[in-house]
Amino acid sequence: MQLVEPLLLSGNLAIAYAVKQLDVDVVAAYPITPQTTMVEKISEYVAKGELKASFILVESEHSAISACLSAAASGARVFTSSSSQGLLLMHEILFITSALRHPVVMAIANRSVSAPINIWNDHGDIMPQRDTGWIQLFVESAQEAYDKIIQAYRIAEDDRVRLPIMINIDGIVLSHTYEPIYPLGDSEVASFSPWSLYSARLDPDNPLTMGAFCYPDYYFETRYQSAKALKDSLPIISKVDEEFGKLSGRSYGIVSPFECDDADTILISMGSISTTVRATVKKLREKGEKVGMVSLRLFRPFPFDEIIKSIKNAKAIGIVDRALSPGAIAGPVFTDVTSALYLAKMNIPAVNFFVGLGGRDVKMNDIESIFDELKGIAKTGIVKENSYYIGLRG
Amino acid sequence: MPFKSIKDIIVRQDFFSPGHGLCSGCGAAQIARIVTKVVGKDSVIINATGCMEVSTTTYPGTAWKLPYIHVAFENAAAVASGIRSAYDALIMKKKLSKDVNVVVLAGDGGTADIGLQALSGAFERGDRITYICYDNEAYMNTGIQRSGATPYSAWTTTTPAGQRTLKKDLMGIAIAHRVKYVATASIAYLLDATNKVEKAISINGPSFIHWLQPCTIGWRYDPKLTVRLSRLAVKAGLWPLYEYYDGVTKLTVQVPKRVPVIEYLKPQGRFRHIMDNQDELAKIQSYADEISAKFGLGPVAE
Repeated sequence: MQLVEPLLLSGNLAIAYAVKQLDVDVVAAYPITPQTTMVEKISEYVAKGELKASFILVESEHSAISACLSAAASGARVFTSSSSQGLLLMHEILFITSALRHPVVMAIANRSVSAPINIWNDHGDIMPQRDTGWIQLFVESAQEAYDKIIQAYRIAEDDRVRLPIMINIDGIVLSHTYEPIYPLGDSEVASFSPWSLYSARLDPDNPLTMGAFCYPDYYFETRYQSAKALKDSLPIISKVDEEFGKLSGRSYGIVSPFECDDADTILISMGSISTTVRATVKKLREKGEKVGMVSLRLFRPFPFDEIIKSIKNAKAIGIVDRALSPGAIAGPVFTDVTSALYLAKMNIPAVNFFVGLGGRDVKMNDIESIFDELKGIAKTGIVKENSYYIGLRG
Repeated sequence: MPFKSIKDIIVRQDFFSPGHGLCSGCGAAQIARIVTKVVGKDSVIINATGCMEVSTTTYPGTAWKLPYIHVAFENAAAVASGIRSAYDALIMKKKLSKDVNVVVLAGDGGTADIGLQALSGAFERGDRITYICYDNEAYMNTGIQRSGATPYSAWTTTTPAGQRTLKKDLMGIAIAHRVKYVATASIAYLLDATNKVEKAISINGPSFIHWLQPCTIGWRYDPKLTVRLSRLAVKAGLWPLYEYYDGVTKLTVQVPKRVPVIEYLKPQGRFRHIMDNQDELAKIQSYADEISAKFGLGPVAE
């Protein structure tokens, strides 16, 4: 590992820097707050010749993802980025990207969805994309965002995977907060995630038909294969993270438990809020409370075994959701985790906590109040309410 | 003009195979065959969702001997831009050496309606793609529903009493984007059409061809009449063959003596309900007269 001076970068700029180092060939993106500074920076790299790439100035996010899909189908290394309404506009093409098995890498500055219009952070934009067949990672810091973008290309372009990846960074909180970033050297990035010309591409010397029409006799098998590819990518994602750790000294894991072994109560969360939860756990541990937390970093494919392993000793579990799933039994993360508990035949009381929608701050005392609630449940085994809306005014 | 006789076209290699599922007499199949013969091996075909796509790519078969991609209905132009940009970048970075023609085949719905935004973006950016709209004047793949390109008075399943407005002016839209090469085409005038495709792929920027495509099912005519109807549309003055290149509009096929529009309309079941309606027929005739005056076509033969 080279010793380098840290750079002071926001999450967006850290990602742009990684994209430059990864020598991406085609970028197509449409501006949307809070993703804009990322693509502005990439445009600047292209204009200055620091990144040799075609930057397609598309007229919508729908065209951004469409152009990235076909550029990847042509053999190019591609990048796009979006947020909120823009991600919703991409929705249709996200399914096609994964089913056609094109390794598009997208960074998402997670933001709430309209209405009302709101530019701040929650996970309302990403949750509707759960079933699109993409690998979905969540990060806690700008450094992790930088590191994951580098890992993303290695995973997506792996012959065993060939799937698109979303790197989720909390909008504003991570996209716009400056942190010291320890970058790898350009040559280290190039050797960790090397590009090669993929054979099954749009090539006149080997003409292929992509995006065919399937009758019921083949459709099921085709969809199954892409779903299976996503499931099978989990150990590869995990391995790439480990190898990245050997190179950089930074490895995150796909599920990061903290103080879980003897914890009576455990809180599971995704994204930057996990940092606040971890700090709260440290504070409560100092007071002698047996609390723990899990940062869920990989959301799709869902890390069933790893999550069960982390929480199996708990007496009560809290699950943070940062998006509503109107009309459903509970929030999307809660539903996944409790399904995992059911399938593992574990009857641990679990409660859903909805927090921080539309950028509302989540503070350590909010997390403490969640642990207080969980403590009562751990003691009595009785769940009075399945869902709590933290900080919601009546 | 690389094509001087029909023989020059026939001798070209075929890249669109027989055995696809398009209807007998389908104009789109003829367009696909002609276009692929002209653009040749070093080309990538982008197809919007539609009859052509579902009938030529039924897994595990394919009619295409060129690299082919279909993504969705409304994004063919954006998909083309992605391929153009990928080839540009990979050639610039010396990761690839051989360039390709990037050629879109999309229907009128995928072009004039749901795909118009993506097309406008590609035009405005000046991306070097050739976009060919095969216009059968309705959503034929889904069962003959009206599109923005459905002509005045035509019956469709969603205009059972006849379309009340004129066709959307796609050529005008392309020209308003300052697209360098814009042309109309007809399968009844093969030399004109093939030379236009050849010209279009040579343009350093976007090019657009608007190609009338008779649809035997949707227009309700005998399949053997596809080429004849294509010719009658031109002769009636309803489908003028012209090109717009570098700011100059030029008629490429003169019609010294036009036929009355009724000759074009009569074989088509979609106009059956107006065959005795002199007011409606007069309106369509006056529309043809207006087009003919604009392009300097001859008078209607007595």
